[in-house]
Amino acid sequence: MSFKYLHNLQNKIISALLIFSVPMKADWFALNMTRGATDISNEVFELHMLIFWICVAIGVVVFGVMFYSMYAHTKKKNPVAATFHENHKVEIAWTIIPFLILIAMAIPASKTLVKIYDDEAGDLNIQVTGYQWKWQYNYLEDDVSFFSNLSTDMDEINNLVPKGENYLQEVDEMVVIPVGKKVRFLITANDVIHSWWMPAFAIKQDAIPGFVNTAWTKVDKPGIYRGKCTELCGKNHGFMPIVVKVVEQSEYDEWVSGKREAAMKMAELTTKDWTAEELVARGESVYAVNCVACHQTNGQGISGIFPALAGSDIVLNDKERNIEILMEGVQGAAMNSFSYLSEVELAAVITYTRQSWGNENNGDGEIVVPKDIVDYKKPKI
Amino acid sequence: MSAVIENHHDDHHHGPAKGLTRWLYTTNHKDIGTLYLWFSFAMFLIGGAMAMVIRAELFQPGMQIVQPEFYNQMITLHGLIMIFGGVMPAFVGLANWLVPMMIGAPDMALPRMNNLSFWILPFAFFILLSSLFMEGGAPNFGWTFYAPLSTTYAPPSVTFFIFSVHIMGASSIMGAINVVVTIMNMRAPGVTLMKMPLFVWSWLITAYLLIAVMPVLAGAVTMMLMDIHFGTSFFNAAGGGDPVLFQHIFWFFGHPEVYIMILPAFGIVSHIIETFSRKQLFGYSSMVWAMLSIAILSFVVWAHHMFTVGLPLAAELFFMWATMLIAVPTGVKVFNWIATMFKGSITFETPMLFAIAFVVLFTMGGFSGLMLAITPADFQYHDTYFVVAHFHYVLVPGAIFSIMAAVYYWIPKWCGNMYDERLGKLHFWLSFIGVNVTFFPQHFIGLAGMPRRYPDYALQFADWNMVSTVGAFLFGVSQILFLFIVVKTVMGGKQATDQVWEGARGLEWTVASPAPYHTFTTPPKVD
Repeated sequence: MSFKYLHNLQNKIISALLIFSVPMKADWFALNMTRGATDISNEVFELHMLIFWICVAIGVVVFGVMFYSMYAHTKKKNPVAATFHENHKVEIAWTIIPFLILIAMAIPASKTLVKIYDDEAGDLNIQVTGYQWKWQYNYLEDDVSFFSNLSTDMDEINNLVPKGENYLQEVDEMVVIPVGKKVRFLITANDVIHSWWMPAFAIKQDAIPGFVNTAWTKVDKPGIYRGKCTELCGKNHGFMPIVVKVVEQSEYDEWVSGKREAAMKMAELTTKDWTAEELVARGESVYAVNCVACHQTNGQGISGIFPALAGSDIVLNDKERNIEILMEGVQGAAMNSFSYLSEVELAAVITYTRQSWGNENNGDGEIVVPKDIVDYKKPKI
Repeated sequence: MSAVIENHHDDHHHGPAKGLTRWLYTTNHKDIGTLYLWFSFAMFLIGGAMAMVIRAELFQPGMQIVQPEFYNQMITLHGLIMIFGGVMPAFVGLANWLVPMMIGAPDMALPRMNNLSFWILPFAFFILLSSLFMEGGAPNFGWTFYAPLSTTYAPPSVTFFIFSVHIMGASSIMGAINVVVTIMNMRAPGVTLMKMPLFVWSWLITAYLLIAVMPVLAGAVTMMLMDIHFGTSFFNAAGGGDPVLFQHIFWFFGHPEVYIMILPAFGIVSHIIETFSRKQLFGYSSMVWAMLSIAILSFVVWAHHMFTVGLPLAAELFFMWATMLIAVPTGVKVFNWIATMFKGSITFETPMLFAIAFVVLFTMGGFSGLMLAITPADFQYHDTYFVVAHFHYVLVPGAIFSIMAAVYYWIPKWCGNMYDERLGKLHFWLSFIGVNVTFFPQHFIGLAGMPRRYPDYALQFADWNMVSTVGAFLFGVSQILFLFIVVKTVMGGKQATDQVWEGARGLEWTVASPAPYHTFTTPPKVD
């Protein structure tokens, strides 16, 4: 028994070492901010460098005098200290000169800020909503809506397989925007505060429940740009990246019509006759994306914060309440409404939880079909 | 200055009581100062151990040692413990030891309250640390505890956290009131306000800041308590509340709080530089005015922590300009320190080394602070490792180096023995190298785009994170050496003279070393 344990441990250590020894992309030169991809981001970069060099210059002068004193005015070289302890002219000078330098910094900074605060409408408006722990994008004009989740494999995070080039910076669905168009982001959140940061556009705007913040960009170069969530939002704060793909207008139009077709197909699925097996199979993937972070793969939750679904009385025996929780959330708890998922996804994921981890044998075994969700949504008289 | 030395009062003996009750019941400012200092040292080591967990996890990309949930508990507790348990009690301990001796007072004005304000602290931190073992784990929402992550979405232990913050606040307010009352009422004849040592001045201003903002913090956590348990919606948007309101209240406390953690350091460093330059401090009155301006400005800059929450343009401009303005009085202080050294007769004992490192590294933290004040650039810096580097530069080689400098500088007066100079210098150099290797690369990591409070990161940040972790362990280990040096000095060592340092000025150097249990029972005469 203990021998076997040691053997396992040995294997684990060896595999860990193998992964660590894979040469990683060396980035000793990732030292500074980058210029980014927009006029604004370039301006911000210039501003950053300007202040940096001013600070360096002040530092050279100030520390220069200090180091000179440390070298020339030691007790050995200067046994008797001078006795001066004030000099009004010097003191006035070193109050006024820094003030003037600050004004010189404040002018370009204020100008850039005014530009960033340009409030005119965009060619394209995208509502960005932060969730624990994913982003939702709603294209207001084009009627496209989807979630964007981290797509890095858990095995990479847990060091079981080598990490890919875009480790933690890749998503299952990118935001697509057209090149050269003014795109406005309307940023909000559904649960806690998140922050939508795209360094290449110099946009960092907090996503706050109950508020809609705005930011805009106009990107001149097609490409893929990567950003991150920058406000602590709970357990998986480090695992909800942002990826924006900037494409030519024609490619953008194609993408929009593709998304619309997919949405229509989804709607058709709602009316289809579903079997329990089909629902469970589909529900498993919905669960993996939306539920697993809190309720865990084994349905056991995390004791004290996230309740277990395996063996839960509601999941076992109370189909109506089960649907209600998914649709409305739980007041005062981390469980939010998931009514934004499609009827098919909701029915599938509820069925999955009712048919897994032994729940299928211990409860009423009832499944939920998309029609149940449609019925729930009908106005109640 | 001259003084009447009062240390031969064996006819009516008032020495310390024996055993544990000496420390439990003591109302003596020196005993209470010692308690505060040892307590803060213990917290420094606990908070430091948590920092080691954080840095060990960040040694390489991927999750190795802890899970994200626990990682968030570590960053939260590390911040809270270092701020409220490490830096603040250390400064209160120094105030207790030094303020009465510097102004020629026999003790603090309110000795029983002094005892109470210390002895509630261990309970506060016992409660906070016990939350680690509660169901759902310790607070995991960062030391800034933004709602609603800290209310609706918090683990159940948040209630204990709120209670603990209340106790810390009560302790701080009592400590601050004591300092103000002592300084205002108990100065020896001749010690006018503009003749007070700068450490006393710095603490007078700090104490007013504490009295002004700790109740605001108490208000914030009480509103959280109401939201969590009594159905209010101060910070809950779904109930008509405002999550941004929390940040306004928090930072109205939080920004003066950062000056609470640096003003006493300004005082300490002024004394040490003056002593080891053997030259009177340059620009005493401008030092006082600079501290007052910094303190007043600290009330009108809070929203520079909130540039990305969506404030209107006018507010962004106002808070940017106001924040930049703080560079002026801060600059004056740095220039004064350098002018004090200029044409001095300098030696480099351990306290001086720490003080010089303070001036250089704190100024670097000031430079990055100035960069952060520039709102458009802050959109890129905000909540990245650049900010982590900035505030650790002002807090570790800033506040903490000043505390270490103070310990080396005054410990001969406290226990009558000189510390081991060779070991002191070794401790300095290890700490100096450690701190820079840890925090300097974090500027790079932040500018390259790594957000703070991330338990795992993309591959382009791997190299400098590894360097930072190596530095952190070097710094961590060298503090064990500090503990050893302090214990060794308390146990024995070369007998210190009363004057201790050749160039030292001030009333505390006129009493015997070690300072008798009661000093200045008759006020000294100061010209």
